[in-house]
Amino acid sequence: MSVLAVFCALLVVLPLILVFFYLLKMGFSSLNLNFFTKVPTAAGENGGGMANAIVGTLELMGLALIMGVPLGLLGGIFLSEHGSERTNGWIRFGADVLNGVPSIVWGMACYTLVVVPMGGYSAFAGGLALSFIMVPLVLRTTEEVLVLVPHAYREAGLALGIPHWKITVNIVLRTAFKGIVTGVLLGLGRVAGETAPILFTALGSTSWNHSLKEPIAALPIQIYYYAISPFEDQNRQAWAGALVLIVIVFLLSTSVRMISNRRKRA
Amino acid sequence: MNPVITRKPFSMSDQAKSVADSSPSAPTPAPQPGSASPASMPSAKAEVAFDIQDLSIFYGKTQAIKNVHLQIPAMSVTAIIGPSGCGKSTALRALNRMHELTPGARHTGKILMKGEDLYGPHVDATVVRRRVGMVFQKSNPFPTLSISENVLVGLRLNGVRDKAFLNQRLEESLRMSALWDEVKDSLNRPGTSLSGGQQQRLCIARALAVRPEILLMDEPCSALDPIATAKVEELIHALKSQYTVVIVTHNMQQAARVSENTAFFYMGSLIEFGPTEQIFMNPKNPQTEAYVSGRFG
Repeated sequence: MSVLAVFCALLVVLPLILVFFYLLKMGFSSLNLNFFTKVPTAAGENGGGMANAIVGTLELMGLALIMGVPLGLLGGIFLSEHGSERTNGWIRFGADVLNGVPSIVWGMACYTLVVVPMGGYSAFAGGLALSFIMVPLVLRTTEEVLVLVPHAYREAGLALGIPHWKITVNIVLRTAFKGIVTGVLLGLGRVAGETAPILFTALGSTSWNHSLKEPIAALPIQIYYYAISPFEDQNRQAWAGALVLIVIVFLLSTSVRMISNRRKRA
Repeated sequence: MNPVITRKPFSMSDQAKSVADSSPSAPTPAPQPGSASPASMPSAKAEVAFDIQDLSIFYGKTQAIKNVHLQIPAMSVTAIIGPSGCGKSTALRALNRMHELTPGARHTGKILMKGEDLYGPHVDATVVRRRVGMVFQKSNPFPTLSISENVLVGLRLNGVRDKAFLNQRLEESLRMSALWDEVKDSLNRPGTSLSGGQQQRLCIARALAVRPEILLMDEPCSALDPIATAKVEELIHALKSQYTVVIVTHNMQQAARVSENTAFFYMGSLIEFGPTEQIFMNPKNPQTEAYVSGRFG
């Protein structure tokens, strides 16, 4: 039985290992200084890099963070600290449904609601689409870790005559801080690789972005265009881009692990 | 901004004085039918900390406390005893409105503290809880805070910033809870690094740091070993010169050791209230006698 379990576990991990090493093999040779410092060249020309796409992806993640986390965090606090059983049931159900919405739907929703009225593709619209994906994730993880904070701490605070909101901010959130950061980082890891929603909103770009109102490059989109390109040099850069993207996500997951494993501060 | 904090209320002399000043003005209602008989009232001239008048508490449709009349004397220790589920914890939590945290809780009747109804329309539960501190069954120091932060959290989160004042209050509170000598060199370590008994005394220091007028204790020793229990009991003895203490306990020996007066609750009703000695040696009510002699409960 345990042999079977070990076999199945290996079977699950195997694709990850294979994909990673294949990416390493295909992409690593194309990683060079130009890749990290140059913007894409005109089609057919060799050279150039994905500097703008790497920065663009980080920028989009930052926008998603700024717009998505406060809403998700406050929603999670509401579910855990306030809210009646009835309303909470509906909000949880809503969040779970939103969590299951295909990301391309968010892209189209943002296209209709933001891109069309604003008259063009923009980094802002891309960040917003990604933040929509993050909100239900952050909301549910926040709620889950806040509920784990023992009720005794809230009681102890209330019995000291501390107002409820101060207990929430200074004691409950602080106790659950690591869990919340973990949830946020997992959410970021999820949106980092999203292609469909930013295809409809941020569009992608071959140059540096200078304004939230302009289209912005992102790794997933750049990989997509380069992978289907007829030029071999661009194909090679697509592999390199995929490797960089996976490393970004991998770094996020590692920091999640490091945070959740870190001992209580002395 | 905050009345209780800004009236510079926390010096011991002020507090002792204010209790002495206002308690005699608390109206003493005529004994009600169904309450403990006047004869069993403890030393009639003692000041009254809480004057509970016809208090009933409901959780949804269940009545946890039934028409209780009780005067809890100031500057002494009052024990509440009774079998599990008799409403003694609810009665205690009603004294600082903590029972309101249970969804569906409501009450009828009054609890007067210095003549003022704790449940009056303009009374803020937060302010009541600042005046009536509480220590819980399980020690619950905040895990993210150090020993000193745990003690001072009630003051800090209510806006006290004065460093010198906080440091002084820190030492005073830890000395009052007999913990100072054990932790004075490790004030920055997490509160949860202490032993169980020390954690409970840390919680007592935390409750005392805001200088409440009354301290409620809900089975404070039930999770402690005998040595730690003895320390907490000693502490209760020391506190009663400055504080009114109300303690719920399952342990009748403990009630006998620490308290001046004892209230016996059964099925949500106050069966008997009187000097501890009388309750244990010569109870007037047969139910009390059955309970203290160990025949039920």
